Amino acid sequence: MTTVTHAPDLPHDDHHDHHPTGLARWLTATNHKDIGTLYLWFAFTMFISGGVLALCIRLELFSPGLQFFRPELFNQFTTLHGLIMVFGAIMPAFTGLANWQIPLMIGAPDMAFARMNNWSFWLLPPAALLLMISFVVPGGAAAAGWTLYAPLSTQMGMGMDLTIFAIHIMGISSIMGAINIVTTILNMRAPGMTMMKMPMFCWTTLITAYLLIAVMPVLAGAVTMVLTDRHFGTSFFNAAGGGDPVLYQHVFWFFGHPEVYIMALPAFGVVSQVIPTFSRKPLFGYHSMVYATSSIAILSFMVWAHHMYSVGMPVTAQLFFMYATTLIAVPTGVKVFNWIATMWQGSMSLETPMLFAIGFVCLFTLGGLSGVVLSIAAVDIQLHDTYYVVAHFHYVLVAGALFSLFSAVYYWLPKWTGYMYNEKMGKFHFWWSMIWFNVTFFPMHFLGLAGMPRRIPDYATQFTEFNTMASVGAMMFGFGQLILLYNVIHAIRGGVGPAPQRPWEGAHTLEWEVPSPAPFHTWETPPPVELVDKLSAAQKLH
Amino acid sequence: MAENRRMLAKLLVVAVGMFGFGFALVPFYEQICQATGINNLLRPDEVTNTQVDLQRTVTVQFDANLRSDLPWRFAPEQTSLKVHPGQLVQVMYDIESNANRTIVGQAIPSYGPAKAAEYFNKLECFCFTQQTFRPDEKRRMPVVFVVDSKLPSDIHTITLSYSFFEVAGTAAGKPPEA
Repeated sequence: MTTVTHAPDLPHDDHHDHHPTGLARWLTATNHKDIGTLYLWFAFTMFISGGVLALCIRLELFSPGLQFFRPELFNQFTTLHGLIMVFGAIMPAFTGLANWQIPLMIGAPDMAFARMNNWSFWLLPPAALLLMISFVVPGGAAAAGWTLYAPLSTQMGMGMDLTIFAIHIMGISSIMGAINIVTTILNMRAPGMTMMKMPMFCWTTLITAYLLIAVMPVLAGAVTMVLTDRHFGTSFFNAAGGGDPVLYQHVFWFFGHPEVYIMALPAFGVVSQVIPTFSRKPLFGYHSMVYATSSIAILSFMVWAHHMYSVGMPVTAQLFFMYATTLIAVPTGVKVFNWIATMWQGSMSLETPMLFAIGFVCLFTLGGLSGVVLSIAAVDIQLHDTYYVVAHFHYVLVAGALFSLFSAVYYWLPKWTGYMYNEKMGKFHFWWSMIWFNVTFFPMHFLGLAGMPRRIPDYATQFTEFNTMASVGAMMFGFGQLILLYNVIHAIRGGVGPAPQRPWEGAHTLEWEVPSPAPFHTWETPPPVELVDKLSAAQKLH
Repeated sequence: MAENRRMLAKLLVVAVGMFGFGFALVPFYEQICQATGINNLLRPDEVTNTQVDLQRTVTVQFDANLRSDLPWRFAPEQTSLKVHPGQLVQVMYDIESNANRTIVGQAIPSYGPAKAAEYFNKLECFCFTQQTFRPDEKRRMPVVFVVDSKLPSDIHTITLSYSFFEVAGTAAGKPPEA
């Protein structure tokens, strides 16, 4: 990279942004903003791919009987839909947000390890490619569900090997991304910005990164054991050799439950930035937010077996995991309370980011509520692997993680592109998503309570009406996301006019102190201590 | 920069450590299962109640299966037997290898109804260890068991079914694709 030195009195000067152009700019990107952009576009592409799979699933379930796909192919759809959405869409989208925003928000010139950052991103497209081509190899893609439970995963064809390899690559990518985030936040904050003066988004991202470093290697270990069971004669999960398939579930969910919070905590962070901005009030209970986030992270390591109540477990173990799980409702409740208290008596305005944030609070809480229901072992044994579970985790992942991502995109789009997006279209996108999301997923609660099993391509005729409803909702929700694509491209091309440096007057974080669009290099001279102090005072952080 | 490098090293150590932790869960899980008595398929059961209940008769059926690619012959010497709960019974199984190579096999028992499993105590069984068979070797192997007299009264027939698997890693081929 060209070395440039800024005159200290021109900290935000943008006439030095030399960088390669065209494809080379992106292939060799080391700039946190370029890499953030790459991550976000990659995530959107994966979101559309996973969405197409979801629509195939809903198409098959539109009416009872087998119409469009063989059951084997249907199983591949459910598996790859889950894997692509989790590892291809939600996680990279949050890493992209962190890349764009963390250096801007803590006053650092870039991420700590710029070249490693390039690697973290460029590992992802090959991994995604492996998942995609697994559909055309003999035997087709992995069809064991996204959890890849043994003994199914120890038996399938080479699609499973490709999936395992893809998970290894994506795991390495996530770990490198997480190491970058932790190092950047811990070592590169602007002078005067103590940990307790960091914006909430930085806190949740930091804790998420720690979770990633702790559990992604465990998943890598689990799939490595599957791989050696498949090809190298070990018997970790192979009962014939003295192994135990249930062990796989324990190892997987030791990763899997913290993974749930890896997808939820950054969403909490986004909402904790957006709600104060549009309520024109400081975040209520900042300290309790930090502690609640930390306790959720710690508790997430002690609840994994609530995913496997029905697998056979001593009653004492079921009780332990049940109590530990219901305990998580406490810090989560603290957060919901704080968001509502932030809005309380605020001068609220309902721009698109705020609409998505409020939508998040309402629907995520609903998803949390069905989570508490499922945490009760006695209830879960009845509801395990039914559509109730599908409804539950789509409320927390679609209306939770995804809505917060929409909120974040609309919130920071003026800073990224330098132009204002079309507000009317944004609001339309929100209401469209909100309505069709509920049409899709709310009936699934009833289907689950009535006993419809998940991951099955056919169903009994009494489930027809709710399934038809869900399928129509899913099609509408899915095609509605093109509004977002149009709105983003529209904004990149000029939108409804240039964005001011601080388009939201309630925002008091550092990223709004650089021009819009954010120049290629920012905070090469750290923000002055007085500015950091002024902003933390405006956010009431002491 | 040096500070960042140190942090990178520390975090990498954590990541590698957690990779190892994933594998450490395997012996840990086995220890827990052993300590709590869950999943003790491969260990002899302890028999505490040896009172024979002559009033009651339970039919025990014996079933033997081979995983399709295992070139053995495997069969019980009698397919069914009437026993009294509490009575010590020995049955014999014949195992014969038709392979031209040495094969290590492992038998896994299962029960029908599944609920009967906890009342079916095996004191000796070829399923407790891996069995190595040279080419064309033939053996008679015993199972010694006691049906617990606490067996629920609605169970009149117990099926003991063994499946013999080739222990992976001792074979040249791999399991067939599903």
